[in-house]
Amino acid sequence: MSHVHTFDAIVVGGGGAGLMAALHLTRGGVKAAVLTKLYPSRSHTGAAQGGIGAALGNLEEDHPEWHAFDTVKGSDYLGDQDAIEIMCNDAPEVILELEHMGLPFSRTEDGRIAQRRFGGHSHHFGEGPVRRSCYAADRTGHMILQTLYQQCIKHNVTFFDEYQVVDVIMSEGRCAGVVAYEIETGELHLFRAKAVIFSTGGHGRIFAVTSNAHAFTGDGPAMLFRRGIPLEDMEFYQFHPTGIAKLGILITEGVRGEGGVLRNHHGERFMERYAPTMKDLASRDVVSRAIYMEIREGRGIDGNKWVHLDATHLGREVVETKLPDIADFCRTYLGIDPAVDPIPVAPTAHYAMGGIPTDVDGRVVIDDWKTIVPGLYAAGECACVSVHGANRLGTNSLLDLVVFGRRAGRHMAEFCKQTDLAPLPQDALDATRETFDRLFSGQGDESPAKIREELQWTMMDYVGVFREKAGLEHAVQKVRELKERYTRIRVQDRSRVFNTDVLEAWELGNLLDVAEVTAVCALNRTESRGAHSREDYPERNDKEWLKHTLAYRTEGGGIEIRYKPVIITKFEPKERVY
Amino acid sequence: MKATFRIQRFDPTKDKKPYYREYQVELDPTDRVLDGLNQIKWYQDGSLTFRRSCAHGVCGSDAMRINGANGLACKVLMRDVGEKVTIEPLLGLPVIKDLVVDMEPFFAQYRSIMPYLVNDEVPPDGRERLQSIEERERFDDTTKCILCAACTTACPSFWANDQFVGPAAIVNAHRFIFDSRDRAAQERLDILNSKTGVWRCRTIYNCTVACPREIQITKAIGEVKQAILYGETTAG
Repeated sequence: MSHVHTFDAIVVGGGGAGLMAALHLTRGGVKAAVLTKLYPSRSHTGAAQGGIGAALGNLEEDHPEWHAFDTVKGSDYLGDQDAIEIMCNDAPEVILELEHMGLPFSRTEDGRIAQRRFGGHSHHFGEGPVRRSCYAADRTGHMILQTLYQQCIKHNVTFFDEYQVVDVIMSEGRCAGVVAYEIETGELHLFRAKAVIFSTGGHGRIFAVTSNAHAFTGDGPAMLFRRGIPLEDMEFYQFHPTGIAKLGILITEGVRGEGGVLRNHHGERFMERYAPTMKDLASRDVVSRAIYMEIREGRGIDGNKWVHLDATHLGREVVETKLPDIADFCRTYLGIDPAVDPIPVAPTAHYAMGGIPTDVDGRVVIDDWKTIVPGLYAAGECACVSVHGANRLGTNSLLDLVVFGRRAGRHMAEFCKQTDLAPLPQDALDATRETFDRLFSGQGDESPAKIREELQWTMMDYVGVFREKAGLEHAVQKVRELKERYTRIRVQDRSRVFNTDVLEAWELGNLLDVAEVTAVCALNRTESRGAHSREDYPERNDKEWLKHTLAYRTEGGGIEIRYKPVIITKFEPKERVY
Repeated sequence: MKATFRIQRFDPTKDKKPYYREYQVELDPTDRVLDGLNQIKWYQDGSLTFRRSCAHGVCGSDAMRINGANGLACKVLMRDVGEKVTIEPLLGLPVIKDLVVDMEPFFAQYRSIMPYLVNDEVPPDGRERLQSIEERERFDDTTKCILCAACTTACPSFWANDQFVGPAAIVNAHRFIFDSRDRAAQERLDILNSKTGVWRCRTIYNCTVACPREIQITKAIGEVKQAILYGETTAG
């Protein structure tokens, strides 16, 4: 029981990167369809708050080259500088494209797009903070997602909502399409296409405390990894400094961009000690580590595992007009008013710097810059271009989505015009059928929810902000044990209609695969760089480790690690001080 | 706190009609209703079916009836609903399974009001179109919509006639009608002046109460009605 559809191009995932690609495919005259496991407007792009970076210079002098330097420095010199230059140079143009599409940016007194300060963004190569983040109050991601979805409706983009893509079809070294599970009916669909782009988002749900949606289970990277595509730099996972304590809900860096400060139990503005120049606006890895250090040394609020984000001096006007959603979150989940009370915050698992390796046109590259897989693309958080290297700057994720979603869409449109459909292998559906038959009929004694909970705490405790050898070894061993237990799971719901029990179990398989790669790569990299902080190797080691990790799945189900060089154009690595 | 969840269940593959089932869950008063649903699904009854994604009120997946009132399960806390909570699917849309309703009629209405900026004039310098802070403020409230359907499915006029375009679609029309950059206000007003448009609104205010984003929906609908009658779209 299956259905076959044929398109020129398939977009997997309906967030910012996917919709941007879909728009440019459609505008390029290519027959494209978006497959999403949610509705597009539910995608996690919509949760991004503070802004999107571009050197528009609407409020003060700014240049793409300054933006590029900040991004390279923020990446702890692991970002590929050719890609970073493209992103920062394209940024002003793509922001204007979004404005022309109707994005309701906040405005300056003279009617231009408003901009504010954000962590790690500086003028004159690190001299002090600069207003570079273009924003729409504190719901910039929401407005980007809405605007792109609206434009897709305008341009008659085809959507398959609530279709979970579960496998990629490879044929003669090319991508030939995808297999999708229709959530409402439980039926399998085969989508043939000349080109497929994965824009499936992140995998924060491998951790117990995260800002990420339940949907962020690493589906794209896990699917491709199982089909032999490597994953790049998976050891680099960003913890955002300010999640609501225990809940992990994101409190935008825009709070600090507007002048908010972090304080410990003694009321001390402790970031002055850790980052004398940028202070609370140092990059996220630096601030998250500082908060952990304060808590570890007993200066958490009342001895608890959180510190305070103090916005009480900003005044009600700023809080209500520039940070209205943050005020709403605080009222709803904490019962406090951020204009009066400080917000209890702690680092929360937030963003995957690593992912599916691509070039600057979104093409998947499976080795050290030599071999692409024709027809296979990736963009957004699931991809690794790599513009974020070892640590992403705030506002650069939304920028990455639109810049590389657009580039990939345009490249795919040209590719589709010059290419025929790849032949469909006879066994295209076999692996998926087997997987779902097993999920539906499993009679084991393991609960997927219990395995997921153990996985999330293992990753949180041993593969979090600070890492060391023994903990990482424990984590690798534990994840492998959980993977073994996963083969014996039993789901309770056997209905074919809207079976989220089975889908959550399938997603758990992705979480396990992605978590294992993350832990293995973290154990392998014996240095500290950006978000990867090894207590047993506290220094950055450019001599041995200025290189990207590529993790491959071996025939026997193990993981093999190879490397590829970092592309350096203008900015030679130097010590990183904020 | 020990909470009792009374949940409406329905699986079309085995049930002739919906029924209620009760579950006991141990929760903190500051937990979300969604935390309770997840506890039940993960540790008691995996067949309980609902949509959810972001879990903090911005994606719009988990709108449902909570003690009779529409809300997002991730934005309503246990301390606000008490120890006994009844959970039912949204009214007025066909139930697919348990708390999952068919959203397609809702999105079709959204698409019907031209929910996108219409304006092909780009400034000659290629820069952004200028818009004053006041012009931007004019439609700020209605940009907050997350298309969760809580408003439309709380509307008695929609229950009475599912051809009514509904509050959410009008909110999204408002977002463009009052955007100084848009050029298709009149077309949208014509659509909403039809017999399934704004005049079916009887200013009952259920939509405004239901909106988890606190959009002043009835006010926005009133402004659209005024614009149809008096043609004013740009002035405050």
